[in-house]
Amino acid sequence: MATAFALGDSPQPTTARFVNVGERTNVTGSAAFKKLILAGDYAAAVEIARQQVENGAQIIDVNMDEGLLDAVEAMTTFLKLISAEPDIARVPVMIDSSKWPVIEAGLKCVSGKPIVNSISMKEGEAAFLKQARLCRDYGAAVVVMAFDEAGQADTRERKIEICERAYRLLTDIGFPPEDVIFDANIFAIATGMDEHDGYARDFIEAVSEIKARCPHVHCSGGLSNLSFSFRGNETVRRAMHSVFLYHAIPSGLDMAIVNAGQLDVYDTIDPCLREACEDVILCRRLDATERLIALAESYKGKSADQEQAAQEWRGWVVEKRLEYALVKGIDAHIVADTEDMRAAIAQRGGRTIEVIEGPLMDGMNVVGDLFGSGKMFLPQVVKSARVMKKAVAHLVPFIEAEKRVGTRPKGRIVMATVKGDVHDIGKNIVGVVLQCNGYEVIDLGVMVPWTKILETAREREADMIGLSGLITPSLDEMVTVAEEMERTGMTLPLLIGGATTSKVHTALRIDPAYAGPVIHVLDASRAVGVASKLLSDTLRDAFVEQAAGEHQAVRTARAGKGRSELLALPEARANAFVADMAGKPPPPRKPGLHVFESWSLADLRECFDWTPFFRAWELAGTFPAILQDQVVGESARALYADAQAMLDRIVSEQWLTAKGTCGFWPCRREGDDVVLDDGTWLPFLRQQVRKSRERANFCLADFIDPAGDWIGGFAVAIHGIDTHCARFKSANDDYCDILLKAIADRFAEAFAERLHQHVRTKLWGYAEDEQLTNEALIREQYRGIRPAPGYPACPDHSLKPILFELLGGESAMGISLTETFAMLPTSAVSGLYFAHPQSEYFGVARIGRDQLEDYSTRRGADLKSTERWLRPNLD
Amino acid sequence: MNPRDALAAEAAERILLFDGAYGTEIQTLALSEADFADTLGLSADQKGNNDILALTRPDAVAAITRAYLEAGSDIVSTNTFSANRISQTDYAAQDLIADINAAAARIARELADEFGERDGRPRFVAGVIGPTNKTLSLSPDVDNPGFREIEFDELTGVYAEQAAALVDGGADFILVETVFDTLNAKAAIFALRQLERKIDRDIPLMLSMTLTDLSGHNLSGHTVEAFWYAVRHARPLTMGLNCSFGAEQLRPHIQLLSGIADTLLLAYPNAGLPNELGEYDERPQTTAGHLLEWAQAGRVNILGGCCGSTPAHIAAIARAVEGVPPRKFAASERVTRLAGLDPFTLAA
Repeated sequence: MATAFALGDSPQPTTARFVNVGERTNVTGSAAFKKLILAGDYAAAVEIARQQVENGAQIIDVNMDEGLLDAVEAMTTFLKLISAEPDIARVPVMIDSSKWPVIEAGLKCVSGKPIVNSISMKEGEAAFLKQARLCRDYGAAVVVMAFDEAGQADTRERKIEICERAYRLLTDIGFPPEDVIFDANIFAIATGMDEHDGYARDFIEAVSEIKARCPHVHCSGGLSNLSFSFRGNETVRRAMHSVFLYHAIPSGLDMAIVNAGQLDVYDTIDPCLREACEDVILCRRLDATERLIALAESYKGKSADQEQAAQEWRGWVVEKRLEYALVKGIDAHIVADTEDMRAAIAQRGGRTIEVIEGPLMDGMNVVGDLFGSGKMFLPQVVKSARVMKKAVAHLVPFIEAEKRVGTRPKGRIVMATVKGDVHDIGKNIVGVVLQCNGYEVIDLGVMVPWTKILETAREREADMIGLSGLITPSLDEMVTVAEEMERTGMTLPLLIGGATTSKVHTALRIDPAYAGPVIHVLDASRAVGVASKLLSDTLRDAFVEQAAGEHQAVRTARAGKGRSELLALPEARANAFVADMAGKPPPPRKPGLHVFESWSLADLRECFDWTPFFRAWELAGTFPAILQDQVVGESARALYADAQAMLDRIVSEQWLTAKGTCGFWPCRREGDDVVLDDGTWLPFLRQQVRKSRERANFCLADFIDPAGDWIGGFAVAIHGIDTHCARFKSANDDYCDILLKAIADRFAEAFAERLHQHVRTKLWGYAEDEQLTNEALIREQYRGIRPAPGYPACPDHSLKPILFELLGGESAMGISLTETFAMLPTSAVSGLYFAHPQSEYFGVARIGRDQLEDYSTRRGADLKSTERWLRPNLD
Repeated sequence: MNPRDALAAEAAERILLFDGAYGTEIQTLALSEADFADTLGLSADQKGNNDILALTRPDAVAAITRAYLEAGSDIVSTNTFSANRISQTDYAAQDLIADINAAAARIARELADEFGERDGRPRFVAGVIGPTNKTLSLSPDVDNPGFREIEFDELTGVYAEQAAALVDGGADFILVETVFDTLNAKAAIFALRQLERKIDRDIPLMLSMTLTDLSGHNLSGHTVEAFWYAVRHARPLTMGLNCSFGAEQLRPHIQLLSGIADTLLLAYPNAGLPNELGEYDERPQTTAGHLLEWAQAGRVNILGGCCGSTPAHIAAIARAVEGVPPRKFAASERVTRLAGLDPFTLAA
């Protein structure tokens, strides 16, 4: 058995006993593969598949579940490409996705008989059986995850119970049991949490029981989860995987998704390590985890300076206590400890500033290193910053009293959200991270005109300027700032960041406007690296040169690259989407305007979509799975607990008010415009990129009947965060400040979702029977859409004033617009309602000059302004 | 008894006869453009559009079918190899898909019923669906291996449209034949499954693969065994091989398929390999001699002919295999069957 999974020695038998499923063509499992796919380098990605098969993978797992990817497109493209390679296509494919549409797209490209990975009862029996039947129709075997309506199975009993239930359901509809592969969930063990200790043993026992109770099925599992606690320690991981298989295969495990290179032969593992692995996997002794961790250190070749028990640290020397408090983000004792440190230094004749320059900065350097190497995550860093700020706040009066000039920071950065834009969560996070790393940040806040940014930079002798923005018009404003910096002869580096910014935009539009260094900073984790290089005597020139070179390369690639072909506008219109107007919505039950002065916060809290909340904190993953994530789960759980605690107070103490307005108006379609009966004109843009066969060139007007129809609109906002944010700021609590802003954003989105539901079921009432879970709402499994001006289907932000006019005007709604149409208060959502059952979201993407001119005329605006508003769609 | 069970019952007793070629038979009639086009008023020339004859010269099609029934066919096929939207668009006849298929099925149905009533032995109609000239698995552009001329959803629509009309016209089974691309076959299966649910009736499926090289791969690169694993979920009433080569070259592949297919085996090879003029000239006795060997080895349940075969070939085969017991097959053991281009199994 020991060699049953050691590959490469013997030719593959036709009938396998244990199957190694290659995991390297999986974006969630292979960083290298993900990088290639994200870069569009499919030729190199295909080579990875080839190597995998050459190295003995008997099945290849293909997974494209990555937020930045159009997974359907990526899956389709990749599967078609490998089917043209006989060396690869000779083995079966495992189509791996958590999203059914991606699986179905894959099934349409794979000849032969593939495996679908996976389906489950997560959304109930009906959805499960529907997908199972389709898998059968497409001719595929299925991996069934031990997952039901209540969640993922963790205990032995749950695993068995769910798999047995799935088995019964499947065999009842005639699904052949030999085409069913159960994945009973391999979870991480040796995590330090007692309840995880039994996971591996439970899995192995469950497999054996499942095989006994469900004749002819197979069992599989993703192996890499098991050893997540030991990532970075390959020796221990390999040993754990091999030991696990050694015990799981005889119990009935038939296949595993595994990096075949990550397996050792059982007998060759160091007996000491093997025994320790066996202890944790089989859960044979209470101290198994501790012993393996201790042993693991010796394989890491690092000092065995392990974390001590939580209470112990209070007994350490004060320097160590400060470091621990900073790294762990514990502020309970920080003032007392800082005072101890100050007193000690004062006693030996030192200055107060030495507390900051010495132990506090040392502690923050540890934080910076952990963050930089991916061992710590943003919420923890922001908490560390809070501890630092409190310590510094305690020391400032002493420093003032000593009348000594403060330490020279590593560098001074002026940061601002540009004029017209009000979004600052990202900017604040970057500010905190930079401060943590010893930079002085002069934060000018939001809606800052270029004059003030330049003035401050000059007066305060800043080393660099950082600009942020969220809405698309801010991109143009950043170009203006760059142009003014150039005009006034500045040479200091300009940093660009924010959700709509990109390296491509920076290279094409901002970099050419300014001769000084221009750097696009992708996220907060990059900010320190960029700043330190720019301020380094030795690294600066090479870094600036490299960035300039990359920008040039982007420009060259852009100029030379055959961009997607645009249709002439009449051609695009001829390929318009033809909606079946027999299915158009009935008139609203309650037409006219509806104002909701104060929607229940408790109600909105129930329909939060948490995933974007975690993304705002740069924690990648989908809620609720992110809470159990092997990498960021711990951070995510802590953040989630903090958010829940704050939510409790927000709701019970009524910190915030959710006010919203919606309305419905009779209208008709005229060409690409929607004309309301009151004469209001809503022009829309049409996709012009040439489509592959059968896809229409969409325009929102396509969803409205020329013979008469209805359209709706809404705007919601969350009022009242300012006083609380001010309170947090004054307490040096950036963490709570950012947390509240992020929660307010969730409230606004939840309100938009909830109001839309109210509209569908009551006010307009075209879907009164709709019954959707929160998950279904988040996945937009309902009829109708609510595109927002400034977003892909309707990229013109300048439609907002028209919408606001329809909704009763800014003052009645309590929402105002900046000159570039950002909404105030910041946590606000507005949009239009389309109720036709065939209406769907799409991106207008690039448009041609012909449409720009046509649209400008229809919009009744001058060409230059229109061009400015639509710039992102023109490049 | 429904046609599925009736066929199974007949096939348990004896080796059944399928029919032979239509295309090469129609060629010998030397029909003119006027014969093909009649008064349909289509915008393109119709000469060569064999399938349209169901509407314009139904007598010609009926005569060939009758000849096969007289030669001993138990199953006759509809003359609808190219009566799909893709192929008919080349003839500007895409609006006649339903008419052509329904008419073709009716011609076969009436004759089958007539012969059935004559001697009390059931005759069956197989509604033929060809592969179309488009492939889901291969790129026609050598520089762009990811390109496809057609997508899955479009092809399933094409197959569903044709199958619905054939069933409507009275076909007992749908025969998806001359499959050179495995994914095309899977699309056809998917289309039929959806159609079955839509019209709420059983549509028994017959599947026939065609090989492009003597080592036994189809155009999309699948071995016979991999192909069978890829389509086995359809639980076809018959599985087999057709066209490709003559019986002599097809023999080892029939032998292989016979050993693994747990369903009725249908084989209808060409009348030998084409000669230097592109004609098939294998004599009926020669063909029948090869097929008799297969029958005696217990490898086949239903025999017929493809390109170049004539009623004389069918009659010769019928005489040769009379009294030879049909192939017996057992339910396969339960193993997990997967496939890339090669087959893959895992004991279950």
